[in-house]
Amino acid sequence: MADTNRNASAPTAHKKARWVLWGLVAIVSAGLGLMLYSAPDRNAVKTTEIANAFGGSFALVDPTGKEVTDQTLKGKPFAIFFGFTRCPDVCPTTLAAMTRYRKELGADGNKFNIVFVSVDPDQDTPADIGQYLTLFETPIIGLSARSPEELARAVAAYRIFYKKVPLEGGSYTIDHTASVFLMDKDGKFVTTIAHEEAPELAMAKLRRLVKG
Amino acid sequence: MRYFVPAMMAAAVAAPLAAHNFTAGKLKIDHPWTRETAPGQVVGGGFMAVRNTGRVADKLVGATSPAAKEVQLHTMSMEGGVMKMRQVPGGFDIPAGQTLTLKPGSLHIMFMGLNAPFKKGALVPVTLRFQKAGSVKVQFKVEPVGTTAPPSAMTHGGH
Repeated sequence: MADTNRNASAPTAHKKARWVLWGLVAIVSAGLGLMLYSAPDRNAVKTTEIANAFGGSFALVDPTGKEVTDQTLKGKPFAIFFGFTRCPDVCPTTLAAMTRYRKELGADGNKFNIVFVSVDPDQDTPADIGQYLTLFETPIIGLSARSPEELARAVAAYRIFYKKVPLEGGSYTIDHTASVFLMDKDGKFVTTIAHEEAPELAMAKLRRLVKG
Repeated sequence: MRYFVPAMMAAAVAAPLAAHNFTAGKLKIDHPWTRETAPGQVVGGGFMAVRNTGRVADKLVGATSPAAKEVQLHTMSMEGGVMKMRQVPGGFDIPAGQTLTLKPGSLHIMFMGLNAPFKKGALVPVTLRFQKAGSVKVQFKVEPVGTTAPPSAMTHGGH
C-alpha cells in the first residue's frame, strides 16, 4: 500500500509541478500580452478615459446648510477647486485668478459656477467658508463635508491628493492638489487649469468651457 | 482750491508711505505686504523683499507680531500639481549684495493665529529678527486678497 502510494505520488508531484510551471508561463505571457497590448493602446484609450477620469457623484453642503451634489450642479459648467481657508497662498491666488477670469469674460463670466471644496472639515465650518469666499466679491459655491465619508467620496471623484502636515505649535497645514477642474454642464470632465497656468491659456479654456 | 493745498500736503506726506521701505543696518526692506483675511480665517502669508547692500551675508531668522500668536518662516512648492508648504526652521539666507524675495508661491512669512482679521489698507506691525542686523520693526500693508505682487515690485526689479 505504502509502495503504491509512493509510486502514485511521484507522478502526481510531477504533474503538479508541470501545472504550476504552465500556470507561471500563462501568467507571464498574460502579463507580457497586457504590456504589449496596453502600451500602443494607451493613447487610443486616453481620450475616452480622460473624459471620465475626474468627476462623479458627491454630496456636500454650502454655507447655508443646503446640500449640493454633482446632480444639483448639472445644467451649468463649473470650475471646481479643493483647498482650505487657512491656506495662505495657493488658495487665495487661485480663487482670485478665477474671479479675474470671470470678470474678463464679461457676460460669459456668469455662464459657469466656481466651486470651492474644503479639504479641512475639522477646522472649516460651512460659515467660515462662506465668510472666506465673500473676500473674492464674486459668487463662489463653498462646500464642505458633513462626514469623513462625504469628503472621501468627493476627493476620490476628483482624484484629489491631500495630506495634513503638522506645524510647530500644534497647528497643521495641508498639502493638496492645486489644479482647478473644469466640468461641462453635464458634470463631465473637460480639462484642468494648473496652478501656474498662463492666464491667456486659462482664459482660452474657460471660453471653450462656456461655449461648449 | 481751498482743499487743493491740504490735498497736496497729504500727497507729500503719503509719498514716503507709499514707497514703504524700512532699513536695518545694511538691509533694505521693501514693501512688506500681506492679504486681507476673512473672519474665521486665522492665518495669513507675508511677503517682502530684503536687499542686502552689505558685504557680509545675513539671515532672516524669525519674526513676531502682536497681530498673531505666532509668526513662522515658510516655503511653498508645487510638486506634481500638489501644493506643499513647509516650515524653514533655519531661516532665510540673504547673501551679501543679493535680495531675498518673499512672494506668493515661494518663501513667505506665515502669520499663525490672527487675533483679528486683516482689513484691506491696514498696517500690521511685525518685528523681523535678522542674525546680524538684529531686530527691526516694520509694517506689513494689507492688500486686497487678489494681489499677487506688490505695486513696488515693478520698480525694484532692476536690482
